[in-house]
Amino acid sequence: MSEAASSLPAPVPKPKPITNKMPWWMNGLAIPGVQLLLALAVASLVVLGVGESPFATLKVMLVGALDPQAGLSSTLYYATSLIFTGLAVTVAFHAGLFNIGGEGQAYFAGLGVALACLWLDGTLNAPLMFLVAILSAVLFGAAWALVPAYLQARRGAHVVVTTIMFNYIAAGLLNYMLAGPIRSTEGMAIETRPIAEAALLPKAQPWLQAMGIEVGPSYLNLSLLVALICVGLVWWLLWFTRLGYALRTYGQNPRAAKYAGLSATSMIVIAMLISGALAGLMAVNDVYGAQGRLVLNYTGGMGFLGIAVALMGRNHPLGVLASALLFGALYQGSTDLQLEFPRISPELILVIQGLVVFFAAALDRLVRDPMERWYLRRQLKSVAH
Amino acid sequence: MEDLILNLFSILASTIRLATPLILAAMGGILAERSGTVDIGLEGKMLVGAFAAATVASLVQSPWLGLAAGMAVAVAMSLLHGVATIRYKGDHVVSGMALNFLASGLTLVLGQAWFEQGGQTPMLSNEQRFTPIFLPGADYLAANVPVLGPFYKTVLSGHTILVYLAFVIVAAMVFLLGQTRFGLRLRAVGEEPNAVDTAGISVPLLRYQALIGTGLLCGMAGAYYSMSQNAAFAREMTAGGGYIALAAMIFGKWRPVSAMLACLLFGLLTALEARLQGQSLPWVGEVPTQVFQVLPYVLTVILLAGFIGKAVPPKAVGRPYVKER
Repeated sequence: MSEAASSLPAPVPKPKPITNKMPWWMNGLAIPGVQLLLALAVASLVVLGVGESPFATLKVMLVGALDPQAGLSSTLYYATSLIFTGLAVTVAFHAGLFNIGGEGQAYFAGLGVALACLWLDGTLNAPLMFLVAILSAVLFGAAWALVPAYLQARRGAHVVVTTIMFNYIAAGLLNYMLAGPIRSTEGMAIETRPIAEAALLPKAQPWLQAMGIEVGPSYLNLSLLVALICVGLVWWLLWFTRLGYALRTYGQNPRAAKYAGLSATSMIVIAMLISGALAGLMAVNDVYGAQGRLVLNYTGGMGFLGIAVALMGRNHPLGVLASALLFGALYQGSTDLQLEFPRISPELILVIQGLVVFFAAALDRLVRDPMERWYLRRQLKSVAH
Repeated sequence: MEDLILNLFSILASTIRLATPLILAAMGGILAERSGTVDIGLEGKMLVGAFAAATVASLVQSPWLGLAAGMAVAVAMSLLHGVATIRYKGDHVVSGMALNFLASGLTLVLGQAWFEQGGQTPMLSNEQRFTPIFLPGADYLAANVPVLGPFYKTVLSGHTILVYLAFVIVAAMVFLLGQTRFGLRLRAVGEEPNAVDTAGISVPLLRYQALIGTGLLCGMAGAYYSMSQNAAFAREMTAGGGYIALAAMIFGKWRPVSAMLACLLFGLLTALEARLQGQSLPWVGEVPTQVFQVLPYVLTVILLAGFIGKAVPPKAVGRPYVKER
């Protein structure tokens, strides 16, 4: 290739090479934006079918979710969980793995956080307990991803199937634990006893109030900072470290990675461990930070919603951050919805979630192909003039 | 002794009842995957099928129209999966997940808006649903023939038409995949689509046809939940059955009869779960019900790990077919 090129006469320098590579705003903004609009348009049809106005619905959802006095801090609380589960999908994705076990990893991590907190909440103060909660969430989340990772790497068992199975196994295990061994002896709710007040960090509301910022009460807590740090760490890991380069190489071309001397086993296992640890951190936000106890089915689909967040965010940490905020707002908005429109159930979020994943990922080329053609035509025109 | 046998028979009977929707969905999964399309959307298709079937049956008073509606809606969802994976070459797992989310959301939003019963559809009367069929002479044989008589009455008789249909469909699948031109082409397209294309047969068309079959079977499985096992649709009523069917399909190594046996095994586990709740077994003591809930998944993982034989999926499964290569 290079020899053939050198034998040719030197090419006339062009002002701007025409390639079919899209600029960042096409991949990062324009195409996902159109896909999101399409998904919302179809969701609007559902709302119309229910007999309500889509615009009024969307207005209620967004106004409620973004009002600093009311929903905004809850939006940020949900976004915190979604950043963790979205990043989990992202890291695995760059290594060519589709981890749909975030739900189970987060749930199992909830067990880890609960066990650590219930064991140590009498002896540790709040900052130390916070660190122990983070540590146990990371360990348990990663542990739950280890078996699927190992089976994929050494036994060829597809990670998608095994992580689905592990979601159900985690649910069974936690159901068992919460039905008996770690269930609170007081009250009817299926949950652990509350973690001692002294070992818990205060939520965001009093801190913000002390700084003179008035917010509505919510579960928002320090975990948001941990999530933002994770956004930065994942970015740094993927694009500025040897390990990240190795993971992405393996994800793009496993055979090339093998020739470069990378071990497939360690790539798969490392990617899945990081992914599971990130998903597990959701337990810090929820079990330690928000509820102060482990509640049955506390994950509530946030692990799955992380898939939509990652795919909508184009598997880039900043994209994950943006789409976690968007989905956090939609999630909070869907809980507000019921007060204004009792006919619309809050599960509308699942419809939107499904449609976003469908249009932004599964049907990606439906929007991408015509838009890329449009962009290239426009570029060719600008050269012709 | 008499009691023990009767107990055993009633466990077998509920095994068959519990396995029926799994068998139907697993057969649907086999059709899709043998043709090269990964389908983790069995669950979603069953759910919309169950919802549509119960809704239509309650409106038009006919179980058969309800069944037809459930199957039609599931086929529509299956074709959406086809458009995404075949026409637009999208990721099969992502598309299946998306449709599962959509199915849980749609059934709840529409159910709440239309019926305002917390996502439930109106109760179906016996005329609107499928009721058990008692085979001729069941009572007479049960009274006069030891062991085999009660077996006939309890295990073989007294199921709804969909249960019998499910087993007929397994036989039909064996014939279809093994003996017919369509079946051979279907299997070929899941292994070597290039060869099929070279022979002048349309790869997309075959895959769409297979997905229509998947939709029909999943719709029927869904209708079984809402019109045969129960008498209304309830929120998330398939409760992971689609994933158990997926596990059974893998456990059965993508073969109809083996998958059916896996479904029966998983059905037996569920039947035992209900039977043994709170009871103490000899040697092991009381077994937590959750053990029975997770066993299908644990067994499938062990199988996938290669400790019980080897599960090899169709070679071209999950890969989009690009004609010009």
